Amino acid sequence: MTGLAKNFVVETVDFAGSVGRLVGEIVRALFVSRIDWADVVRQMHFIGVKSQSVVLITGAFTGMVMAAQTYFQFHKVLMDTATQAVVNVSMSSELGPVLTALMVSGRVGAAIAAELGTMKVTEQIDALRTLAAHPVDYLVVPRMLGILISMPLLTAEAIFVGMLSGYLVGTLLLGIDPAYLWHNGVRYTPIVDVYAGFIKTFVFGGIIGLVGCQKGLSCPQGAEGVGKATTEAVVYASIAILVSNFFLTLFLNRLLT
Amino acid sequence: MIEVRHLRKAFGAQQVLDDVNLVIESGTASVIIGASGGGKSVLLKHIIGLSMPDSGEVLIDGQNLVGLDERQLLKVRKKFGLVFQMAALFDSMTVEENVGFVLTRERTLTRAEIDRRIARVLDLVELSGTQKKKPAELSGGMRKRVGLARAIIYEPEVVLYDEPTTGLDPIVSDSIDKLIIRVQQELKITSVVVTHDMRSARRVGQAISLLHKGRIHVTASPADLFASSDPIVHRFVNGISDDKQITFTT
Repeated sequence: MTGLAKNFVVETVDFAGSVGRLVGEIVRALFVSRIDWADVVRQMHFIGVKSQSVVLITGAFTGMVMAAQTYFQFHKVLMDTATQAVVNVSMSSELGPVLTALMVSGRVGAAIAAELGTMKVTEQIDALRTLAAHPVDYLVVPRMLGILISMPLLTAEAIFVGMLSGYLVGTLLLGIDPAYLWHNGVRYTPIVDVYAGFIKTFVFGGIIGLVGCQKGLSCPQGAEGVGKATTEAVVYASIAILVSNFFLTLFLNRLLT
Repeated sequence: MIEVRHLRKAFGAQQVLDDVNLVIESGTASVIIGASGGGKSVLLKHIIGLSMPDSGEVLIDGQNLVGLDERQLLKVRKKFGLVFQMAALFDSMTVEENVGFVLTRERTLTRAEIDRRIARVLDLVELSGTQKKKPAELSGGMRKRVGLARAIIYEPEVVLYDEPTTGLDPIVSDSIDKLIIRVQQELKITSVVVTHDMRSARRVGQAISLLHKGRIHVTASPADLFASSDPIVHRFVNGISDDKQITFTT
């Protein structure tokens, strides 16, 4: 058991160190290398445009179930028209950013790790290095910029669709008065919750990109190695998103209120 | 000139390179032979700075690669082209995108000039007309030739070949050998070929070095090496294995 705990600590510190070095190299690349904006746009298309369907479905059904559950509880104390405010605050500051990040982690983080991992085991990364192209400049920077630009947009879409679908469920299915539902929704949704969600989504985007790239670039040899890197990219990013969300919530609550 | 001094490299408990010393003169064709898994490719990766040694030095025209960071190494690597054992072509790109990779990124030439150079170098490796194909559509020999075209298009001073004929039939191997000799003669470059194909080594090399148990056992001309009475050299070049008692137990 002691050995397992020691291994876990060593692996965690080693992983954190690798990610730290990667961050340093990315920052350096932003200053010393030329950014390929065409590739950044390609990454935004892959990360942003192609993730929309999954993010919109997630946002819509999360908003709908939030509205229904909140109504079932609030109805007991005759607070039906406060339902939308709960949906709005939850979607803006917690569910929208976190669920969007988890969905993007599963789709994009895994794809980045698999693509870079395959390039590593087939010596394509070494080929890049022999052709005087730094792997961080050529592979990591466009992906990081692509995800940092795409994530806030995807999250905004998920939040908007979640609020809208919650409102529609409230008014059309649950029979809540539309005017009061809208009025209370706007009145009791502080703008700081929207700011908090916006800040979180940058952090989550960074986590997904960094973990995916780090796991891909350090992929062990063979098909098994690519599978392991891909799985770990999703698991590590998901855990990091959930843990960091808790601390971000506490920190941003202090900072913004 | 490439100079390797007292190079040592271990992976875990396995000492792959153990005090390797080697000098490769500019403009020559050198071949490094040795047993499979004996560290030939590892040595090649140290020469181009893809791996760093545990100790020792790798000098390229007097500049020591050991201790340089990746961005400093990128500048040194512009002198080199490397043909990988499995070609290592970018599978998401076409042949012309692979071959023109360096020139496209440098952005110093017009598109028309880059296309003209791609056509010329593909003609040199006898693959004209394959520009739009993807690596998956090519045979093993064709992929190696595309890898060679990609390595020589920016006219490096040194081209390194990692097992260029491994896994190819004798006819394709012969064509690759001829290509290495042709590139060497036409571009006046330094060639370093790592192989365990004795026929290829004899044809291509002006000097052959035998890597044995992590060290350069001998460096000699092809004629001297193949006539050598040294038991290690004699057994390796003639492919004579240890006589082992094979017993079958039930």
